[in-house]
Amino acid sequence: MEKEYTVTAFSENNVGLLNRISIIFTRRRVNIESLTVSASSLKGIHKFTIVCVATPEQIEKLVKQIEKLVEVLRAFYHSDEEIVHQEVALYKVSTEALMKSNAVESIVLQHGARILDITPDYVVIEKTGHREETQALFDLLFPYKVTQFTRSGRVAVTRDTKERLTDYLKEMDFLERSETSKER
Amino acid sequence: MTEIKTERMTGAEALIRSLLAEGVDTLFGYPGGAIMPFFDKLYDHTDHINFILTRHEQGAAHAAQGYARVTGKPGIVVATSGPGATNLITGLADAMIDSTPLICITGQVTANLLGTDAFQETDLIGITMPVTKWNFQITKPEEIPGVIARAFHIASTGRPGPVVIDFAKNAQIAEFDYSYKPCHFIRSYVASPVIKNKFIEEAADLINKAEKPLALIGQGVILGNAEKELIAFLEKTGIPAAWTILGKAAIPTDHPLNMGMLGMHGNYAPNKKTNECDVLIAIGMRFDDRVTSDIHKYARQAKVIHLEIDSAEINKNIFAHVPLLGNVKETLPKLTALVKTNLHHAWIDSFAPYAKIEQEKVIDKDLNSGKETIKMAEVVHMIGEKTGGNAVIVTDVGQHQMIASRYAKCNQTRSLITSGGLGTMGFGLPAAVGAKVGAPDREVVLFVGDGGIQMTIQELGTIMQYGIGVKIVILNNHFLGMVRQWQELFFHSRYSSTPMNNPDYITIAKAYGIQGQKIMEKDALSKAIEDMLAVSGPYLLEINVEPEGNVFPMIPAGQPFESIIFE
Repeated sequence: MEKEYTVTAFSENNVGLLNRISIIFTRRRVNIESLTVSASSLKGIHKFTIVCVATPEQIEKLVKQIEKLVEVLRAFYHSDEEIVHQEVALYKVSTEALMKSNAVESIVLQHGARILDITPDYVVIEKTGHREETQALFDLLFPYKVTQFTRSGRVAVTRDTKERLTDYLKEMDFLERSETSKER
Repeated sequence: MTEIKTERMTGAEALIRSLLAEGVDTLFGYPGGAIMPFFDKLYDHTDHINFILTRHEQGAAHAAQGYARVTGKPGIVVATSGPGATNLITGLADAMIDSTPLICITGQVTANLLGTDAFQETDLIGITMPVTKWNFQITKPEEIPGVIARAFHIASTGRPGPVVIDFAKNAQIAEFDYSYKPCHFIRSYVASPVIKNKFIEEAADLINKAEKPLALIGQGVILGNAEKELIAFLEKTGIPAAWTILGKAAIPTDHPLNMGMLGMHGNYAPNKKTNECDVLIAIGMRFDDRVTSDIHKYARQAKVIHLEIDSAEINKNIFAHVPLLGNVKETLPKLTALVKTNLHHAWIDSFAPYAKIEQEKVIDKDLNSGKETIKMAEVVHMIGEKTGGNAVIVTDVGQHQMIASRYAKCNQTRSLITSGGLGTMGFGLPAAVGAKVGAPDREVVLFVGDGGIQMTIQELGTIMQYGIGVKIVILNNHFLGMVRQWQELFFHSRYSSTPMNNPDYITIAKAYGIQGQKIMEKDALSKAIEDMLAVSGPYLLEINVEPEGNVFPMIPAGQPFESIIFE
């Protein structure tokens, strides 16, 4: 049975790694739904957050292939229950639509969104939430002519008490070693 | 803090010094514009480095593979940017799937021209990502020592594989302060997984309780230099063993526990027994589809112990009840220490009736056909006898490859060099060149078809230039034989694009100054082989073999073992 998984991969920050990771998905014909690359809580270590739809068997093999990459420290996969996750969406509507009635403003308020910017021509609305929530807001704003819309990739943290990678690095003595290697 | 001594030099010189520091004495390759500064510096080092100029970059890659497979050291290739680099792709893909340590150094346009479609620029880093274990583009000379050290560590440790270093021309020319330090540690890379004693114990327990255990030997044993450890394990436990073609030479052909070859054209008994054993011990092999065929009907009754260095192989094709991650060089002795001394006479004896069936239905016909026309197996068998099983056997891809794998005699390890995973026609001749360069004191015999030899036949020029004493045996059936066999069996004998009109190979050899002869009849075979082996230099023996011979037994692709065909 296919379901949505969030893959997190911790890596060195090297040119080309994104490509190496993405071709692992391409080759197995698994589509990447969203992708975010950012710093992690560990200094110098980057974190890929990738959302995809796959079978449990597929995702296990996929993550092993990612972890096999020379510059990836560890990779994990999570089902939605195991993580807290959000996406950010930005919506641009005309200022006229906002001014004409209370409708747009009340939609914004009801959905916990906020107005980031107002100019004579347009208004930029921001909403953080799950994909369904940002999509619902889009659907409601649609009649008021959304001239631009964009949604970020997923960001996620696990429900564990700390970054899983930390234990691994401690176990392997890597944090200490990377310190000393800098001294050299 | 100790002071590190440095020396001022160009990037090209630094690359050569780095290679020398890693113990490199042999390079394969081809020059060109973007790599010229390197070749200029190489001119000063001809005393220390033997550079083999192949006739095509693909030949250089396969030669380096042949070299790596016989020596266990990474094969090193140097080529130019653009077409020189793209010609390496087949060799890289082959080395990737067959876990061959390879380091390919390619020239690249000057860094400030990158991305401008400059002359002979190609995005080699992008192109080679799927077919390399690691790659890196050097744009500053300061990067050279560290990157070369990493390249050697990555290519040759863990599950070995190919590495590409793309070397921008400006970094070859610029000067910097050079010093070299080998690499033994990369924090994001696990060269040798931590061995879990829990699984060693579980595996030992399963093996001790097993009544019908079967060991499957893969190339991991050879890559881990664990042949002795393997034999110690097998002999203590009395477990019969079968092998994948890349694992063939890990156990001597005549060893009493050697039950033969696995897979599509493998021996009947071990394939049959795979589906009867109670414990299957896979040692450094990856359950390729040519070994398993239909995985849903493969060894379902058995508990599987998988000894493997690459965690991505665990449960990839076949579920492992005991995943024994680690280098077999370390895991096998740990396991041997915990298993009981045993003999599995009755179980081993139960292989014999199946071996007898195969003997009668296939092997007797292959080796004593009674016909005037020569069969491939007769040639392979006779060469095995006349070389005492001590030759390095190199093959190309196709029917002769399967026949060589089935009938070649190997007394020692690293004696069968073949393109297993990728099945690269054209691999044979250059790989044999590399194998002979890597093992100059051993007899190197290449079996190659009339199709495959023409894919890289230009390497006869390399053999000529360096007097490389390869014995080339062309098994000529005037067909692309394996495809023809499939057409006969599965496509109603519609021989679409498989008959071959061939050149006069002996005349071609002569043009390259290589001795040779062609034989058509069986009576001439023995003498012709002796003549060939009596020559110290290169030799080409063309043998006309049965035109429509087939390789049996055969388990058709994707079908269960029961679909085996014998004739």
